[in-house]
Amino acid sequence: MSAEPDAAALLARLINHEFPDERGRYGPYGGRFVPETLVPPLDRLMAGMRAVLNEDDFQNELNSQLQHWVGRPTPLTRAERLSAAWGAEVWLKREDLAHTGAHKINNAIGQALLAKRLGVKRIIAETGAGQHGVASAAACARLGMPCRVYMGEVDVARQAPNVDRMERLGAEVVAVTNGDRTLRAAIDEALRDWVSSPLDTWYLLGSAVGPHPYPELVCHFQSVIGNEARQQMLDQAGRLPDAAVACVGGGSNAIGLFHPLIADTQIELLGVEAGGRSMGLGDNAASLVAGTPGVLHGCFSMLLQDENGQVHETHSVSAGLDYPSVGPEHALLQLTGRARYVTADDDQALDALNECCAMEGILPAIETAHAFFGAREYAREHPGCCILIGVSGRGDKDLPTLQQLAGVAS
Amino acid sequence: MTGNQAINTAIDAARAEGRPALVAFLTGGYPTREGFLDNLAKLTSEADIVEIGVPFTDPMADGMTIQNSSSAALAQGVTLNWILEQVGSRQWDAPVLLMSYLNPLLSLGDNLAKRCAAANVAGIICPDLPLDECDLLRVPLAAAGVTFIQLVTPVTAPERIEAICKVASGFIYAVTVTGTTGGARSGGPAGDAAPVTGAVIDYLKTIKQHATVPVCVGFGIRSPEQVKELGAHADGVIVGSALVEELTAGRDPAAFVRYLKGGK
Repeated sequence: MSAEPDAAALLARLINHEFPDERGRYGPYGGRFVPETLVPPLDRLMAGMRAVLNEDDFQNELNSQLQHWVGRPTPLTRAERLSAAWGAEVWLKREDLAHTGAHKINNAIGQALLAKRLGVKRIIAETGAGQHGVASAAACARLGMPCRVYMGEVDVARQAPNVDRMERLGAEVVAVTNGDRTLRAAIDEALRDWVSSPLDTWYLLGSAVGPHPYPELVCHFQSVIGNEARQQMLDQAGRLPDAAVACVGGGSNAIGLFHPLIADTQIELLGVEAGGRSMGLGDNAASLVAGTPGVLHGCFSMLLQDENGQVHETHSVSAGLDYPSVGPEHALLQLTGRARYVTADDDQALDALNECCAMEGILPAIETAHAFFGAREYAREHPGCCILIGVSGRGDKDLPTLQQLAGVAS
Repeated sequence: MTGNQAINTAIDAARAEGRPALVAFLTGGYPTREGFLDNLAKLTSEADIVEIGVPFTDPMADGMTIQNSSSAALAQGVTLNWILEQVGSRQWDAPVLLMSYLNPLLSLGDNLAKRCAAANVAGIICPDLPLDECDLLRVPLAAAGVTFIQLVTPVTAPERIEAICKVASGFIYAVTVTGTTGGARSGGPAGDAAPVTGAVIDYLKTIKQHATVPVCVGFGIRSPEQVKELGAHADGVIVGSALVEELTAGRDPAAFVRYLKGGK
């Protein structure tokens, strides 16, 4: 399996919305590399998607939940002081104001509604930073469904407030003590649970990764970000931005912002990955910038791995970006040149977080702060440009980490 | 002799003895790299076919026993390259298969089939490469005389079982438990010996009806009674987690294979 770089032809097909194809491929990437046991539930999921997602009843119910429970549409805010400081026109798409504090809720309520509609009784989910776990727990509470959340024990320790929130929302949180004990081990364990009860369980996967059709399904529910932002830019700024910037871990908020803008080829799409401590293997989570093609969690995409095909451990100050692979659509966006991916390291992200707090009165998640750093660099390279930043989540959950880092520094 | 022929010869020889073939699994380089050739020699002399697990960082279809053996092997620097060198270093009394997740196999790129053939590997089992994607490995391996073994599970629909049987070679690996290896529920300890229920027998009958190659059953096999019962409905049984537990305890894995065959 190789990534054939016939970029121009792939780009034309990408812009023409030809991906994913029937086999779940985004050009060379994507696919469905799973144990035979998971083929029936994935087939069921696909059939359910095709039958239900475009039904009026389902769309009405989803839209009602998004409007009255999630709080959509989220605002588009003009960042006055950052604009002045950066010499650019900066706009913020405020997913931090969505219910539970991040974009994750868009996908969680969408999938939970779909699961309920298809008659599945039990939901499992994984979580890294805890945002997807909280969103899944909240959505399941709202719909009266039981929810179990797998979370690596490293993340349980560094995101303690979110563990408490999930439990209050009625979810059972299972600390994963094997593997790398972060998001990747949580996904491994959720997949093992699903392999053990494939027919009565719905795996509510939180990022645009995993086997087909998850990347497509998650992108479908997250595209509300880019669709709203595009219209809001036209209404409030009177134009589309020169660049749209988002942080990328697994890539769900970024694909939600980018996907609806793919055909607007004049807009530069800029993804910002976690540069961590350094660009050495094991010191970051920058799978697009530093990885090579490989298969993890059922999907062929860019992967941080060694020369023997073993998946490498990652590091990022932000639990939500701490994942060694990335959604296959991002891998294709990079291959075709339609999007560009860069990194922000731990210190750069924290610096950008502080700047956003001080100048806009907004505490972004540490994940989101990576996007702010990338946007600031873009503004420096393109004076006077108009930038749209996806503010994927709020940073309240990061206060323990921020306090700890401040303690180390002083 | 191709891998397919070697596998069939081994299964036929067991059948001639009036018993199901015993397929024994051990994790490559576990519990130590130094002891691996010795364990492989013992197992290939006692079992009919031996399956070597290539360790992987993210073994999503495995229970705790094989996960732990996999991490221990990786910690000692075991790689697919090292396993191929070891396997290719001498002749063995039984055909040797590799069981590996896809990503380590992809690391060898186009050399995979050639390297396997050179090491006299009879076949490959890849638990995360389902029917719809399997030509990726099946076709190049077949061209080099290496068999690609297909898996079937209790939730596989009958029409899909039929489609899998059409492209199967070597044997069909019939998983009897809907779960991870060892027969355990997620995260739990390895299960007891899985009961041979009427549902399992019906399931094996469905596979036998379509299969043109032998059928071997696996997941949760740990007693001679199970081997005997399943032997009435299948051509072979595969023992994995229980054997890895013997290795962990420092016991002779070949003795356990003898025990399963009903000997002393």
